[in-house]
Amino acid sequence: MGLEVHLQLATISKIFSGSSTTFGGTPNSQACSVDLAMPGTLPVFNELALKFAVMFGLGIDAEINKISVFDRKNYFYPDLPKGYQISQLHHPIIGRGTFELFLGDKTIYQIGITRAHLEEDAGKSVHSHFDKESGIDLNRAGVPLLEIVTDPDFRSTEQVISYLKALHILVTYLGISDGNMAEGSMRCDVNISLREQGTDSFGTRTEIKNINSFRFIERAISFETNRQIDILEDGGEIIQETRLYDSELDETRSMRSKEIANDYRYFPEPDLLPIHITDDYISKIRDSMPELPLAKRSRFLETYDITEYDADVLTSSREIADYYEEVVTTCMNPKLAANWIQTELLAKLNKSEQSISESPVSAKKLGLLLSKIVDETISGKIAKQVFSVIWSTGEDPLLLIEKRNLKQMDDSNEIESIVQKVIDQNADQVKQYLSTDEQKRKKLLGYFVGQVMKSSNGKANPKAVNQILSDKLSEKS
Amino acid sequence: MEIHSQSIAQLSAGLQRKDFSSEEVTRAFLDRINSLDHLYNAFITVNEEEAMSAATKADQRIASGTNEILTGIPIAHKDIFCSQGVKTSCGSRMLDNFIPPYNSTVIGNFNDSGAIILGKTNMDEFAMGGSTETSYYGPCYNPWNTNKVPGGSSGGSAAAIAASLTPGATGTDTGGSIRQPSSFCGITGLKPTYGRVSRFGMIAFASSLDQGGPMAKTAEDCAILLNVMSGNDPKDSTSADKEVEDFSANLSQKIDGLKIGITFHNDAKNLDSGYQNCLEKALNQLEKLGAKLVEISLPKNSLAVPTYYVIAPAEASSNLSRFDGVRYGYRCDNPENLHDLYTRSRSEGFGDEVKRRILTGTYALSAGYYDQYYGKAQKIRRLIRDEYLSCLKNVDVIAGPTTTGPAFDIGSKNDDSISMYLEDTYTVGANLAGLPAMSIPIGFVNDCPIGMQLIGRDFEESKLLNVAHQFQHATDWHLQFPIKKNNA
Repeated sequence: MGLEVHLQLATISKIFSGSSTTFGGTPNSQACSVDLAMPGTLPVFNELALKFAVMFGLGIDAEINKISVFDRKNYFYPDLPKGYQISQLHHPIIGRGTFELFLGDKTIYQIGITRAHLEEDAGKSVHSHFDKESGIDLNRAGVPLLEIVTDPDFRSTEQVISYLKALHILVTYLGISDGNMAEGSMRCDVNISLREQGTDSFGTRTEIKNINSFRFIERAISFETNRQIDILEDGGEIIQETRLYDSELDETRSMRSKEIANDYRYFPEPDLLPIHITDDYISKIRDSMPELPLAKRSRFLETYDITEYDADVLTSSREIADYYEEVVTTCMNPKLAANWIQTELLAKLNKSEQSISESPVSAKKLGLLLSKIVDETISGKIAKQVFSVIWSTGEDPLLLIEKRNLKQMDDSNEIESIVQKVIDQNADQVKQYLSTDEQKRKKLLGYFVGQVMKSSNGKANPKAVNQILSDKLSEKS
Repeated sequence: MEIHSQSIAQLSAGLQRKDFSSEEVTRAFLDRINSLDHLYNAFITVNEEEAMSAATKADQRIASGTNEILTGIPIAHKDIFCSQGVKTSCGSRMLDNFIPPYNSTVIGNFNDSGAIILGKTNMDEFAMGGSTETSYYGPCYNPWNTNKVPGGSSGGSAAAIAASLTPGATGTDTGGSIRQPSSFCGITGLKPTYGRVSRFGMIAFASSLDQGGPMAKTAEDCAILLNVMSGNDPKDSTSADKEVEDFSANLSQKIDGLKIGITFHNDAKNLDSGYQNCLEKALNQLEKLGAKLVEISLPKNSLAVPTYYVIAPAEASSNLSRFDGVRYGYRCDNPENLHDLYTRSRSEGFGDEVKRRILTGTYALSAGYYDQYYGKAQKIRRLIRDEYLSCLKNVDVIAGPTTTGPAFDIGSKNDDSISMYLEDTYTVGANLAGLPAMSIPIGFVNDCPIGMQLIGRDFEESKLLNVAHQFQHATDWHLQFPIKKNNA
C-alpha cells in the first residue's frame, strides 16, 4: 500500500488569495474575487505556505528542492472555479525523505516519502437544501494543501494507521496543520495492490479516495483487500481505477477509470514565478524549528525519570508535552507530574471531551498544587480534593489551601494529642496490637493511622503520624 | 485649435492654464462619440454620466492645485480592463452581462491620477484576432476608410484615437494587438516589456504574453500614459519589481550615434513596394537625426508565428476554462444537467475564433502531444529571445515594418485563419521575447496609414519613446488624421 495524504496547512489566509481559511464559515463568506476566479484576477503565493512546506521537509529530513514550479491541472468541475487546480507536477517543493515508525512490538519501520507538493484545495458541492439543484461553497477553495506521497511501503493496516498517527503528531508539533481529520484538514487516499507470496512485483493497484477517519481507513483497506483477493482467486483481473469508500454501506465502489477518462493537460502556471529557495532561507527555518516528537521523547526519557509508556503519552501531542514541562518546572518532580497528568488530568479531560488546551486547570496551577505535595504542605489525598475544586471553580490552589485551612498538620504536639485520643478510644485494638505478631501489627497500625487521619480531617502529616504512633505503642509494650 | 484635435500634453497644458475646463474637454469628446461613433463602432460602452461627474471633480482638483498631469483628461479603456461598476465584456457574449466589482490595477491607477473614463472600446473577442471583427458587438471600422478593418485586437482604441473620439486609450498586446491597429490607424502605440504593467484585472488571453500598454496620437502622450500605467503590483506576481523611471524625461534627448538594427533587406521581400518606400524614407529620417543603421538578421523569427500559435492558444484554453456558466457571465437557458450547462453555455457564449483557439490549445496540451507542441514551442521561444538579446547587444533599437501591409478590407480574411495569423509576422517576436516594442506612423499606402515598429531592450521603453519622439519632432505623419484630411 502507498498513501497520499492531503494536509491542509494552518495558514491564516489562502494559498493564492487573502481570504480567511477558518473552517465552518457561512458558505461563500470566505471567498474573494480570486477564489471565485473572477475575470482578470491573479494568484499571489502565500509565503507562509512555503515556510510550512519547508518545515515539513526538514521534519522528515527530506530534500528541499531549490527550485519548484507550479503547474495547472486542467479539468472542469463546479467546485473548481478556474477550471484548473494550481498544483506542482514535475518540480515539487519537497523531494525524497523517510519517515520512521515505531510499531507496537518496538521495531522501527521506515516508510519512503516519494515527494510532497503544494496545491490548492477545491470548494465543496452541497447537494442538500436545494430542490433539484446543487449549491457550491467556495470557502475551502484555495486553502493550501501539502500532498504527501509515500512509496508503496505499507504491508499492514497497523502500519498505515501508525504512520497517519505519527504524521498527525509531527504536523501538529510543527504547527503547520491542525491535522483535524473530521474537518478534512487531513485526508487520505490509499493505493492498494496485492503481491503474490514469493514474488517481487505488485499487482494492479486501485486508489481509494478521501477517507476521513482512522476507523474508516481500516474498514476500507479491509474491504478493498478482500475484494481484490476474491477477484484474483476467481481468476479475474483488477482494473486500475479510483474507488470511493462508502462508510454507510462499508464498501468501496468505482468512481472513475482515471487513466482513461482524464487528461489533465498539465502545463507550467504562467501567472506564478517558479519558487527559488536559498540555503539561507532553509537554515533560518531550521533554526526556528520546534523540537520534533521523537527527539522530545528521547529527551524526556533521559531528563525525567519516567517510563517509556509515560514518554509516549506525554509526547503524543505538543500541547501535552508543553503542559507537562510547565508542570515539571513549577513542581520540580517529573515523576509526580507524569502520574498526575495521566491519572487525574487526562482522565478528567477525556471524560469531559476536552483537549488539554481547553483544560480548566492550567499547567501553572497544577504545578503549584503538586509543589505543595512535594514540600509536604498537603498530602496527595488533600491535593486530589483541591484539584477537584479548582477544576470547577478555577481558583488559585495556593489561596484555596490557605482559605480552607488544608495545610498539613506538622505540629507534633497537636498530632500527639490526636494519637493519644485514638489510643485511648481504641483500647481493645491496642491490646490486640501488643499481643499479636508482626504481620497483624502492620495491619492494626494502618487502622490507627487511618483513625488519626480521619480525626485530623486528613491534614495530619502521615509521616509524623506513623512515627508518633509507633513511638507511643512501643512505649506501651 | 479645436479641443478634440489636441494631444494629451496639449490638453493637460490647456487645463493647467484654464483655457478650458475638464467638463468642456470631456463634453467635447462625448459629443464626438455620440455624433460619430455610429460610423466606427469603436465603443462598446460609453460612460457619459460618470465621465461628466468625474470631470466636475477633476475641475475641483485642478482649482485646488492638487492635480496631476492626467487630471481631467478623458481617455478610453479597452473593454478587457475590468472597471468597477462598468460593464467589462471583453468583446464577448460570455461577459455581456458582467459588471466587475473591482478595478484592474491599470484603471485604478488612471482613476487615481484623475483621468476620466469616456468609455470602453471595442475589441476582438477575448483579444483573439487582428481585425476587431470577432467582437460580439460587431466589427469596428477604420476611420481612414470604413471599408477597412482598424486592426486588432485593440481596434476600438486605435479607431477612437484616429477619429479623435478620445485623445488616448489603453490597449493590450499579446501578439501585436496594440502595434498592428496603431499601424492600421496611423497612431502611436507601445507594448511595454512583459511585467512592466500589471495584468491584474486585465482579462487573460495568454498570460505569459499579455501586456497592457498606451495608445495615443504621439510618443509624448504614450510616455505620459505609460507613467501612470507602470509599476510593480503585489496583486500580479509576474509584474516586474523594477523602479519606474519618468518616461517623459528623455524624450528630447538627441539620438545622435544611436545604433538602430534593421532587418530591412530580409523583410523587404514580403512587403509591397509602397510600404518599402515609406520604411526606407523613415529609416533615412532616423539617419538624418544622427542614428546609425546596422544591418542585422533574425533568422529564427521565421518560427515566431507557429510558436506563438501553439503557446497562446494553449494558455488561452486554460484561461478561458473559468467561463463555465456557473458563477458569472453567460449561462444557457434551462440546463438539463451539469454537462449540458457547460456545453451549451460555452457553445452559445463563445464565438468561432475563440472556440477555434480553445480547440487548438487543448490539442497542443493533450497527453502525447505536449512535448511535440507546447514543450517544443517553449524551447523555440527561448531561442527566439536569445537571438533578439544577442542582436540587442550590438544595437540599441531594432526597426522594421509593423505589419505586412496597410489595413485590409473588412471580411476579406474571415475564411482564412492562416492568412489572418500571418498578419502577426512582425509583431509576435517581441511578445515571445518579452521585449518592449512600439509602432509609429510613417506614411500612407493607398491612402491608408502604415507604421514602423521599434523594438528595444528589456525595460528600455524610454529609449523607444525617445527615438519615436525625435522622429515625430522631424515628421508630421502622426499629425495626419482622417477628419482633418477629409476637411482639407
